[in-house]
Amino acid sequence: MNVNGASVPALSLQRVRKVYAMGDSEVVALDDVDLEVAPGEIVALVGPSGSGKTTLCSIAGAILSPTSGRVVVAGTDISGFNPKQLTAVRRDLVGFVFQSVNLVPFLTARENLLVVDEIGKRTGAPARARADQLLGELGLADRAKNLPAQLSGGQRQRVAIGRALMNDPKLVLFDEPTSALDSKLGMAVMELIQQEMKARGTAAIVVTHDERITRFCDRSVHMDDGRITKS
Amino acid sequence: MKLALRELRRRPGRFGAAGLILTLIALLLMFLGGLLDGLIRSSTGAMYALDGDVVVYTASAEDSFLRSRIEPTLRSTVDGVDGVASSAGIGVVQLGARLADKGPRDLLDVVVFGPEAPPLGVDALPGDGEAIADTTLQEQGVQVGTELSVGPARSTLTVVGFVEDTQYLGQAALWTNPETWRTVLTDNRPDQQLGDGVFQALTVRVDDGAVAADVADAIDIATGRSTASLTVVAAAEGLPGVEQQTATFNQIIGVTVGIAVVVVALFFALLTVERASLYGVLKAVGARSGTLFGGLVLQAVVLSAVACVIAGSAAIALDAVIPPGSIPLRISGTRIGQSAVFLLVAAVIGCAFSLRRLLRVDPASAIGSGS
Repeated sequence: MNVNGASVPALSLQRVRKVYAMGDSEVVALDDVDLEVAPGEIVALVGPSGSGKTTLCSIAGAILSPTSGRVVVAGTDISGFNPKQLTAVRRDLVGFVFQSVNLVPFLTARENLLVVDEIGKRTGAPARARADQLLGELGLADRAKNLPAQLSGGQRQRVAIGRALMNDPKLVLFDEPTSALDSKLGMAVMELIQQEMKARGTAAIVVTHDERITRFCDRSVHMDDGRITKS
Repeated sequence: MKLALRELRRRPGRFGAAGLILTLIALLLMFLGGLLDGLIRSSTGAMYALDGDVVVYTASAEDSFLRSRIEPTLRSTVDGVDGVASSAGIGVVQLGARLADKGPRDLLDVVVFGPEAPPLGVDALPGDGEAIADTTLQEQGVQVGTELSVGPARSTLTVVGFVEDTQYLGQAALWTNPETWRTVLTDNRPDQQLGDGVFQALTVRVDDGAVAADVADAIDIATGRSTASLTVVAAAEGLPGVEQQTATFNQIIGVTVGIAVVVVALFFALLTVERASLYGVLKAVGARSGTLFGGLVLQAVVLSAVACVIAGSAAIALDAVIPPGSIPLRISGTRIGQSAVFLLVAAVIGCAFSLRRLLRVDPASAIGSGS
């Protein structure tokens, strides 16, 4: 699928396999998975615990390397990358929004966005301008100087989304983005995610247990026992 | 790095316990160092005050003034050595001194020096029967004009001035001219009296540009090894007890630095464990382990630097309030700086123990707790 008609997929997984050694035995976490996500496309990744969603996300997000198969992020084949190269991919091409939000507790909302620049390219003024712009777009301009503890759950999630977008990623991975929010707020956050991704033409994978949020995605991919069972 | 500094600034309480312990360790390091410097200086101050670069003893004296005898002929040989600019005879005698208003057994421990050249800080040698006293005697009530009865013969010495920092083996120096010293020695230690022109040792000034140690060697060669010549520093360090005191205190200081390493290592290891999820998130968004470790080291260094500043101020204040002469404490900028360097190095080494733990933090830990 190619939502925006762009030629280079944001993510391409080809026959990706991940096997963990557990003592003398092996556990197959991903079993010959193929998946392609187009730029601007939002994919819901649905499945029970232990189905391989996390492993798929970790490989797509350059956190783990596959045992075999090919992983291409925004045209870059990262299958054989070493940990240092994978770190650079995470820094430059991928954004993450974690389930437990995980903002740095002693930094303000604005500084939480700027962390991405501090640990990465250190562009300074352009990064500060981008952080201000993102906070404005996310409706957090008046909360820029607030610490996470002074923000509501929804506001914290919006800061996390802003952080994920700071490096202008090609792919954003959302790990259960609404699980810590009530139903109404969860839907509002998903609406925001949909809006932001579409506005930027950024691809997203949303890991979820909640079938209700799949309506905010372009398509759903179901996983079970390390395989994609329905796409 | 900004992240690490912001955490220090915004969560100072988190570092309070470690900061307090490091401050106490820094203060202990500075105090121990100050005690060592004070003790050593109270033993060697007079040696460093000698107006010379080399001290010449007779070889059989084992670097002791009391056992050494330099005859005029030997001195002539020394004076003829290349690199020797001038020599001055010196004699020493350790005695008790009485003050008129104190009891007969209330003795001040003094050392009567009789150099041909005045010590550093003194323009000219005093007249016959006079002495320039070390300032520590002021704490015992000695003033200009005070008459001291020295030794069992109760030789009278009138104090005509003071000079700082000239103690010898913990005793205050009384600087006299050679004739006065010779009289005091003859009256109180008749068994040790010396003939005319004979001194216990020589202080030698070397020519400009000459190396004192080389001249010392040349003197011993010229005298056929009948002399043992030492630089002033070596002579001071060779005094009885100095080396042992230094070694003992340095071992205590070493153990204290070791404790600082352990404190920093434990604190930052705990902090690393506590921050594992945060580090996981930061690694997931692209932080390198090196960057995170750099932040950890920076925090330890800043914490230690703050501890050193507080401890240094406290040490200086302590030095000011402790009554002079009660304990041999000598707080100097050099010692504070050295202690700070020790602590900063300990902080970096201590942090290194967290490196492995930090490297093992898996960015994958940041995601997937819900699946």
